[in-house]
Amino acid sequence: MTGLVVEFTLPVLLVVTALLVLWVRELPSAIILVSIFSLLCAALFFTLDAMDVALTEAVIGSGVSTVLLFRAPDLNRPPPPRKLRLPALGVSLAAVGLLLYGSAELPALGDAAAPVQAYLSPLYLEGSRSEFGIPNAVTAILAGYRGYDTLGELVVIFTAGIGVLALLGAARRPERP
Amino acid sequence: MHRHLVLRVVVTLLLPPLLLFACYVQAHGDYSPGGGFQAGALLATALFLYGLLYGEAALNRALPPGLLRVGAAAGVALYLGVGLAGLAAGGNFLEYGVFSAEPVAGRHLGVALVELGVGITVCCVLTLLFQSFTVSAASPPPGAGRSEETGGGPRVNPENSL
Repeated sequence: MTGLVVEFTLPVLLVVTALLVLWVRELPSAIILVSIFSLLCAALFFTLDAMDVALTEAVIGSGVSTVLLFRAPDLNRPPPPRKLRLPALGVSLAAVGLLLYGSAELPALGDAAAPVQAYLSPLYLEGSRSEFGIPNAVTAILAGYRGYDTLGELVVIFTAGIGVLALLGAARRPERP
Repeated sequence: MHRHLVLRVVVTLLLPPLLLFACYVQAHGDYSPGGGFQAGALLATALFLYGLLYGEAALNRALPPGLLRVGAAAGVALYLGVGLAGLAAGGNFLEYGVFSAEPVAGRHLGVALVELGVGITVCCVLTLLFQSFTVSAASPPPGAGRSEETGGGPRVNPENSL
């Protein structure tokens, strides 16, 4: 029963928070609301037993990105006038429609007969213990079975850091005495 | 700085457990939720808190950007090195089983090393981002009042006055 309440309340709260982000005009309020949105996402992932993703979302989504957004230079920019942009609304609604249409074909949540559960997941779940000696299958998959992908992701993070430093760090240096 | 007594006390109490938890998530990621990425991000969050409260200068003194840049590259190098070590030991690239006589132990070791590389790079890159997003040394902590009231506060960007 509690599970049901949580699983219905969290998505509703998520939608409400997302609408509030659109509604508020001051950027600091919007940033805090985005942070709350991330925290709710983390709670949702937690209810889906995705602990690693929940941890990441809580730290990155509501921690790191909130702090970084608060340090954006033009936080006090006056809010743009509130006006309805019909083409943007049309594109957004079309995207929502496409996503809903596509998700209708997805297997149900936790469906044991879903293709992803057929051969790959059992292989990984079993292998992470017998081949890696690692009970946390997520770690074994990310660092072991998907080692190439994780290496690529790490290089992406590194490159992104270099890019930000090249854009912001170098531009700021002359200001320092 | 002296205005935020509650914040200072809370963050000072929070920092050591946060740092410890980050190390735990890094070291224990094989057995419990977490791993290199989460640990690096947690560590960076702790450093963010430190920088927010004690000022960027203190954070820069504790962890100079030059050191963080080396760290960011070292994490990637560690990951690549583990991959190449597998190659040198007669296996494939990123094959960890050859590190030990026991393939399972070797794979476990390889995963731990690779995750350490991920953690180092993520922590260093995020902290570098924090340091490069510095607006001004006198910038107030987030939410400490908007600079409209203080009139020409430190966060006002030249672009805003256009």
